[in-house]
Amino acid sequence: MSLSAPDAFEQQVASHRDYLLRFARLQLRNDSWAEDAVSETLLAALVKPQAFERRSQLKTWLVGILKHKVIDALRLQGREVSLSPQGDDGSADDLLDQAMFAPDGHFAEPPADWGNPEQELGSRQFFAVLEACATRLPAAQGRLFLMREWLELSSEEICKELALTPTNLYVQLHRARQRLRECLELNWFANPQAQ
Amino acid sequence: MKPTYPLKLTCKQAAALMIAREDRALPLSNRAALRLHLAICAACPRYERQLLTLRNAMKQWRGYVDGDSER
Repeated sequence: MSLSAPDAFEQQVASHRDYLLRFARLQLRNDSWAEDAVSETLLAALVKPQAFERRSQLKTWLVGILKHKVIDALRLQGREVSLSPQGDDGSADDLLDQAMFAPDGHFAEPPADWGNPEQELGSRQFFAVLEACATRLPAAQGRLFLMREWLELSSEEICKELALTPTNLYVQLHRARQRLRECLELNWFANPQAQ
Repeated sequence: MKPTYPLKLTCKQAAALMIAREDRALPLSNRAALRLHLAICAACPRYERQLLTLRNAMKQWRGYVDGDSER
């Protein structure tokens, strides 16, 4: 393959750059790390085009490479990745939003009935809201949550890579889920018809 | 924060266990207490369904991000 003129494959690969960058940013929460991960992904794809099997979509293949590059970046940055600026590591007893519960431990307001939203969960609009909610998670929390949910790393792997205690990881994941639940409740389930 | 009776949970404690369950297996004593609480509580089963919906949503989103659902 000639590297001088951009061929069709090169152009196709490059056309996915923005998409890849969006998810690298969401996961890494750092523009220069994200740019690097995406550049390395595109480069790896162009250097070894023969590794692309026609059976899979080009985008799926690229996302697969990106995931590895993102994990490499997270490893490289190590502890910096898991540090939250506010030193936010309160006690495990105090995880839930206080306002959600009455002093006697009952729900202040019963949780809303979200119905059976299986259909709309697959919609483009829903993913847009979910992505926006994930973007609003504090950086350290968002990274850990997406390492678990998008990169599908095990808790053990995450703790090992980032030198976190299991308790610390669970606290952060716990908070992330809690925030995401609230955000979706407000921005989607409260009024899905308006989307 | 031990409840007076080991098997009796408040909704707040039950909710904390349900979120914890998303990331790790609970000890038997917690599982038993949670099951009892869910059987007698009106609000917590709703919360449980919300978390299940959230889990399904993340699973679908993963597929969407990975490009599987395109075309």
